Amino acid sequence: MSRIEFSDVRHAYPPPPGQAPVYALKEISQVWDDGGAYALLGPSGCGKTTLLNIISGLLTPSEGSILFDDRDVTRLPTLERHIAQVFQFPVVYDTMTVFDNLAFPLRNRGMPETRVTQRVTEIAEMLDLSDRLGQRASGLTSDGKQKISLGRGLVREDVNAILFDEPLTVIDPHLKWQLRSKLKELHQQIGVTMIYVTHDQVEALTFADKVVVMHDGGIVQVGTPIELFSRPRHTFVGYFIGSPGMNVLPCSLDGGQPVFANNLLSSGYPADADLSGKLEIGIRPEFVRFSDDGIPVEIQKVEDLGRYQVVTVRHASSQIKMLVGEDETIPSHNPQISFDPDNLLIYCDDWAVEAEHA
Amino acid sequence: MRKTTNQKAWWLLVPVLLLVAFNAFIPLMTVVNYSLQETFGNNVFFWEGLTWFESVLRSERFHDSLLRQLMFTGMIIAIEIPLGIVVALSMPRKGPWVSVCLVLMALPLLIPWNVVGAMWNIFALPDIGLLGHTLNSMGFDYNFTRQPVSAWMTTVLMDVWHWTSLVVLLCYAGLCSIPDAYYQAAHIDGASPWAVFRYIQLPKMKRVLTIAILLRFMDSFMIYTEPFVLTGGGPGNTTTFLSIDLVKIALGQFDLGPAAAMSLIYFLVVLLICWVFYTVMMRDEEE
Repeated sequence: MSRIEFSDVRHAYPPPPGQAPVYALKEISQVWDDGGAYALLGPSGCGKTTLLNIISGLLTPSEGSILFDDRDVTRLPTLERHIAQVFQFPVVYDTMTVFDNLAFPLRNRGMPETRVTQRVTEIAEMLDLSDRLGQRASGLTSDGKQKISLGRGLVREDVNAILFDEPLTVIDPHLKWQLRSKLKELHQQIGVTMIYVTHDQVEALTFADKVVVMHDGGIVQVGTPIELFSRPRHTFVGYFIGSPGMNVLPCSLDGGQPVFANNLLSSGYPADADLSGKLEIGIRPEFVRFSDDGIPVEIQKVEDLGRYQVVTVRHASSQIKMLVGEDETIPSHNPQISFDPDNLLIYCDDWAVEAEHA
Repeated sequence: MRKTTNQKAWWLLVPVLLLVAFNAFIPLMTVVNYSLQETFGNNVFFWEGLTWFESVLRSERFHDSLLRQLMFTGMIIAIEIPLGIVVALSMPRKGPWVSVCLVLMALPLLIPWNVVGAMWNIFALPDIGLLGHTLNSMGFDYNFTRQPVSAWMTTVLMDVWHWTSLVVLLCYAGLCSIPDAYYQAAHIDGASPWAVFRYIQLPKMKRVLTIAILLRFMDSFMIYTEPFVLTGGGPGNTTTFLSIDLVKIALGQFDLGPAAAMSLIYFLVVLLICWVFYTVMMRDEEE
């Protein structure tokens, strides 16, 4: 096991002839602590899989280097990096039994057969596959197959990290939850670094201690689920995490305080803030309330989601979403809203403005 | 409510029934008819029962050509299938060379049988043919019109040249359908190239290989035109395969009864082998 470090890694896939290369990864420096459970979260095409393949050595980055415990492994082949990887679609060797599938990586490395049997039995026990060891792997359901893919990573004692590339995409919803808690449990049991790629925020937030949010080839924020929710560093994190996402509204500044459509708002920012660039405020729908003396709005839509209601309101040309409890009443006459000052964030050119909050 | 019964719709099936009847059923029944009777022309028939079948099954001539046929088919399958797999494995998976390779591979398949026979005949002529002349000037004693070994070698080579492409194209399609993740996973599991072939590529090619073997079996088992043009079944009878022999009996000797009986046996042999092969392959799949 080891700590994985990215130092100024950039990667571009070979461009079509005559075109400039487009970077799939833009300058990433990041440390993955030994034994951590990380989730890489981002929309399709943001470079998550590229990053994963660079860690496992299936891809060599165009620039920069990767260190495992301060040892440069950038040019090392996959085999010598001791990485296990689970792919989106379950990969099993159809003609082999479940046992042989799990034993395959060990036998390829020339482990004595008695040790192989011991390891495989142990891992099968962990994954609840013990009673299927003699079956042909091709006959299993997709969650069973995905467990085998995972098991082939776990049997090896020398793995530095296990990488998951959207492993639950093809699994039935009711089994997803089971398999995810199994992963979490395994992580606590064996303590190996796990990096989990997904575009599903619920998956990321429930699996990981630290979530790495990627956007357009770069890492925009690394943090615990709570940090990502309450202090998104980038407007993208704001609206990618949370359902519905954060409201991002144009604003200007007056005496350090944000002004949204001629309404001076109070915030936790110091009065001397002086910023230039594209200014916006970010406020999560959870922190928008109906009030008596706020911003006048027009109600556009009310969606009842059971435990709460999502209300879409409009002020001037801006749409604002708000979460209202199931038992709260929605004012029918002259509705006005206000923003919770403690949870109001200011963004300058899409990046959060750091401020000393009370 | 009473349903009105209207059976007129059955008439709509008449064209199809006629087509099938004239296409398959009546010709087949004619053969059955000939196989059970003796005729001396003028549509006069004498009942013979299973005599023709018995005599064909007992005849040494039939045994010999069946054996030659089995040997020929066995040889070309034993060469074409592994060769096809090797060629398919070494073809590029992406890039500009893909289409070049595919077109080159498809070329032999587009050439008519008798042209292939004629081409190889000229190519192999011992005195002026490129192959024949080269072999002879290198010191080999090669003459496909006189030596059985040379004739066999040339016939097998011709079939390999003509049909390996089919196996290549089928295998290539099978290989292309394997997702990258399999190779990546195998790489991470530390699999050797042989293990990748044995546990990923070969199992994934199983279905197309089954089809390839079936097609090559049926086609080569019924081969007629190419060896007929190349060797005419000779020297002697050494390259007289089943269908050449059948034509000799039916049209050369005009023994319609034995020829009909032989056709039916021939047909049943092809059917039986295909059925057994397919069932065995598919049963394995279900396990």
